[in-house]
Amino acid sequence: MLLPWFAGSYALSVATLILYFAYTGQAWNVMMGFAGQLSLGHALYVGVGGYAAGALFFHYGIGPWAGLWLAILLCVALGLAIGFLAFRFGISGVYFALLTIAFAEFTRIGFDHLDWLGGPGGMFLKVAQRDSIDLLNFRGPPTMYYYAILALSIGAFVLCFFLLKSKAGYYWQAIRENEEAAQALGINTFRWKMLAVAISSAMTAVSGVFFAFYYNNLFPEQIFHISRSIEIILGPIIGGIGTLFGPILGAVVLTLLSDGITEGLAAMGWEIPGIKQVFYGLVLLAVIMFLPNGIWPPLARRLGFHK
Amino acid sequence: MNLLIVENLSKSFRGLKAVSDASFTIPDGSINALIGPNGAGKTTIFNMVAGVFPPDIGKIRFMAKEIQGLRPDQVCAAGIGRTFQIVKPFAGLSVLDNVIVGSFLRSKNAADSRRYALEILEKLQLGPKRDLPASSLTLPDRKRLEVARALATRPRLLLLDEVMAGLRPTECDQMVEMFRDLNKTDGLTILLIEHVMRAVMALAQHIGVLHHGEVIARGTPEEIVRDPAVLECYLGEETEV
Repeated sequence: MLLPWFAGSYALSVATLILYFAYTGQAWNVMMGFAGQLSLGHALYVGVGGYAAGALFFHYGIGPWAGLWLAILLCVALGLAIGFLAFRFGISGVYFALLTIAFAEFTRIGFDHLDWLGGPGGMFLKVAQRDSIDLLNFRGPPTMYYYAILALSIGAFVLCFFLLKSKAGYYWQAIRENEEAAQALGINTFRWKMLAVAISSAMTAVSGVFFAFYYNNLFPEQIFHISRSIEIILGPIIGGIGTLFGPILGAVVLTLLSDGITEGLAAMGWEIPGIKQVFYGLVLLAVIMFLPNGIWPPLARRLGFHK
Repeated sequence: MNLLIVENLSKSFRGLKAVSDASFTIPDGSINALIGPNGAGKTTIFNMVAGVFPPDIGKIRFMAKEIQGLRPDQVCAAGIGRTFQIVKPFAGLSVLDNVIVGSFLRSKNAADSRRYALEILEKLQLGPKRDLPASSLTLPDRKRLEVARALATRPRLLLLDEVMAGLRPTECDQMVEMFRDLNKTDGLTILLIEHVMRAVMALAQHIGVLHHGEVIARGTPEEIVRDPAVLECYLGEETEV
C-alpha cells in the first residue's frame, strides 16, 4: 500500500506488473480454477478490451471510463459466443481449449488487417504529462497506475472470495469435479458455465483497458499472441489453480524470479535472448514435479489454513 | 396415488431394442425394485426416467406431469433424485460441500443450504466425516454420500442404481435399514435397480422383472419368486435329459 513512498520507479513498475498478472490470473481462475473450463486464449479478452477502450480514446478522445463498458460488453459477448458454441455442441476439455486458442488467433490475424486500429503497425495512445493526475482520462504518473491495479487486484480477490462461498461457487466446483453428477443434482450446467465465462471475460476486459492505458501501445502480434495467454495462466498454475491466493502468489514468484534473472544476467553482462522463457519452463517443470497442486495448497497447510 | 407412471416405453440403440413397450406404476410412498438379468434394459429405463436420454416412444408421468425428454437437471428439479451405479463424488470437495451442492436446489441461501446438508449427513451417519475430502471415503461411505447428495435435493422419488453393488452383506443390511427408515419417517418413494437379491427381497414391496427389454412379471416379492416366467429367465428352462 505504501510502496510508492519508498520504492524506486523500477520497483514500482515490477510491483505493477505483479499486480497486473495477479489480477488477470484471478480472472482466468474463475473459468478454469472454479468452473473447470480451460481457456488458453485469454489474451483475446485483454486485446479486445484494450483495443476497444484504446480506440475510443485514440479516435474520439473518449476516456476509459466509457471505454471500459464498451470493452466489457464486447468481451462478454465474445466469451458467450465461444461458450455457446462449445457448451451447446458438447465441445469440452482439450477441444474447448483449442477453440479458445482459435478465437484468439484469428482475432489477432483480423486485427493485423484492421487499418482503423493501426494494423500490424500498432496503435499508440497519446502520452500526456506524466506527473499530473488526470483521472477522467486515466493519465498520470506510474503511482496512479500502481494504485489502480492494486485496487483492481483487491477487488478481484474480494469478488472471488464471495463467489466461491456463493451458490455459483459451489455449482462451478461441482461442474469442475463431475459434470454429469452436477447435472443430476439439478444444476443447469450450460447456464452456470456461461456465467463463469461471462464473469471471467468481463474481468479480463478490464485488465485489457488497464494494459492499453498503462503501456500506451497496442500491437496485435503482441497482445493477442498465444504466449500472452500462456503468461496469464502460468501464475495461477504455479500458485495453485482454483485457490484464491494461488494467482497472487504465482504472479509474485514468476515476475520476481524472471525479472530478477534477466536483471541479474544483464548485470553480469550476459544478454541472452529467450532466457526468460527458459526460466519459465524450468520453474513450471519444477512445480509440476514437486508441487502438482501449485505452491499455495501445501503452503496453506504449513501455515495452518484450512484451505 | 401413483407418483410415477411409465407407459409403453421403448428405446432402441442402432436397431437393437433395449426396452420395448415397458409399462409400470410406482405408488406414492412405496419401495419398488426393478430386477432382471444383465442387459435386460434396467439401466436404460432408469436413464430415460432420469432424463439422460429420451425414449423413442412412450410417456413418463411424474406427479401427473409428463417428464419424458426433460434434461437431467429438470428431472431433478421436478422432484426425482438419483444415484450413480459407479459413484461420482465431487472428489476435490469435502463431504459436507458435496451435500451442500445438492441442497442449494431448494434452499434460499448458503446458510440454509448448509444447515440442511448437515441434517442429512447426520441422518446418514456421515456427520463425523463431513470435513474429509470425498476422495478419502471408503466405498460404502461413497455410496452413502451418493445417497446423501441426492436426498439433499429434497426429492419425492429417489432412484437408486445398484447402490448395493460391491458392499459386504453387513454393509448391505445397514443400507437396507437406512432406506427403510427414510421411507417410513420421511415418506420417501424409492425405485431401485438391483442385482443383490438379498436387498431387493428385504426392501421392496413391489417388484418388476425385466427380460430382453420387456416387463415379464410384476408383483410382491412372494409372487415374484414363484412366478414361472421369472424362474425361467433366471434359472433357465426345464429340459429333459
